[in-house]
Amino acid sequence: MSSVKLYMEFFKGFWKDNPVFRQLLGMCPTLAVTTSVLNGVSMGIAMTFVLVSTSIVVSLIRKLIPNQVRIATFTIIIATFVTIADLYMKAKFPPISKALGPYVPLIVVNCIILGRQEAFAKKNPVHRSFLDAIGMGLGFTLALVLLGAVRELLGSGSILDYRILGTWFEPWVIMILPAGAFITLGFLVALMNVIDQRLRKAV
Amino acid sequence: MNISARMIIVLTAVCLFAGLSLVFMDRYAKSLIRINAEKAMQEAVFKVLPEVTEVERIEKHERVVFKGLDKEGKLVGYAFVSEGSGYQGIIKIMTGIDQKLQKLTGIYILESVETPGLGAKITSSDFRNQFKGVCVVPQIDYVKGKKPEKPNEIQAITGATISSRSVVKILNSTIEYIKEVVKEEKSVGEDEDE
Repeated sequence: MSSVKLYMEFFKGFWKDNPVFRQLLGMCPTLAVTTSVLNGVSMGIAMTFVLVSTSIVVSLIRKLIPNQVRIATFTIIIATFVTIADLYMKAKFPPISKALGPYVPLIVVNCIILGRQEAFAKKNPVHRSFLDAIGMGLGFTLALVLLGAVRELLGSGSILDYRILGTWFEPWVIMILPAGAFITLGFLVALMNVIDQRLRKAV
Repeated sequence: MNISARMIIVLTAVCLFAGLSLVFMDRYAKSLIRINAEKAMQEAVFKVLPEVTEVERIEKHERVVFKGLDKEGKLVGYAFVSEGSGYQGIIKIMTGIDQKLQKLTGIYILESVETPGLGAKITSSDFRNQFKGVCVVPQIDYVKGKKPEKPNEIQAITGATISSRSVVKILNSTIEYIKEVVKEEKSVGEDEDE
């Protein structure tokens, strides 16, 4: 296989197959934790760690796993890495762990991770699975940061707790509430579609 | 090899590895997590008791009360954690009270899951500062939409009366209990002096 393709395994997660904007997977953490940029970044990093580790392990033992128990095996591996990530965050970054609350343990049932194992890691060699996982993980992080930035700016008038809009700005409380998450996601998905169509027409 | 034997072997091996790695992780993280919780608690004590330089821990009836001492070792007040249900979940509050158990010296919200932008304002300093010097005799009370007039009143947050009321309720119920604990602690102390 050519090296161009390897390159694509990595970049497809950012735009073409972005887990949030294109595949619309993992909506639960996407909508729940993106009240601020910092939460989005931390959730994205935790999720990328779990996705990359799981993909490597699954890809390594892919020929040993009997087809009938593959989902159970994937889930055990995912749960192990999630628990490791959760404990590590609790031990080293207690404030972030507190802000993310139950959404770190919930990565276990995040469909992006199980989806990537089913769709990719179980039938591709380690280096490809690694590139795919890191691309998807960073694509997910990017999406969360975007959502978090819009919601934090409009909902609290700040970015990363640094006040950007002056005191004249009355924060739109709805943007930090769940409804704001749905509204922002809807607009961002629409925007992505518009850009994608323009790009296609241009080509 | 037949397929069921292979399934059992692979699953067992995977679980074994998972279990082992979790044991190691847990041993590494457990002590750190405990230290973090302890540190957060201590810091909160300093936030609610002004001019305190030393904190002593008293445990009574499965409740922890912190005794705040100033530079000369004189008793400034007590701090304790109160807990109760808010609008959406548990609210945990660190509360400081003066040594006569008459006035609060400050409160700090340790944990809460109130609605962002509304109930979550109970963690803001504007709301919390109202509790500085509020009288707890006979009970803390709250008023809506006007400035508090009596020394035992605070003003509820507009649009978040339930959260404000929860805080007041949690404080009132725990203060009664803490008075008992402190009384016992004091009588024990006096016995020792004799």
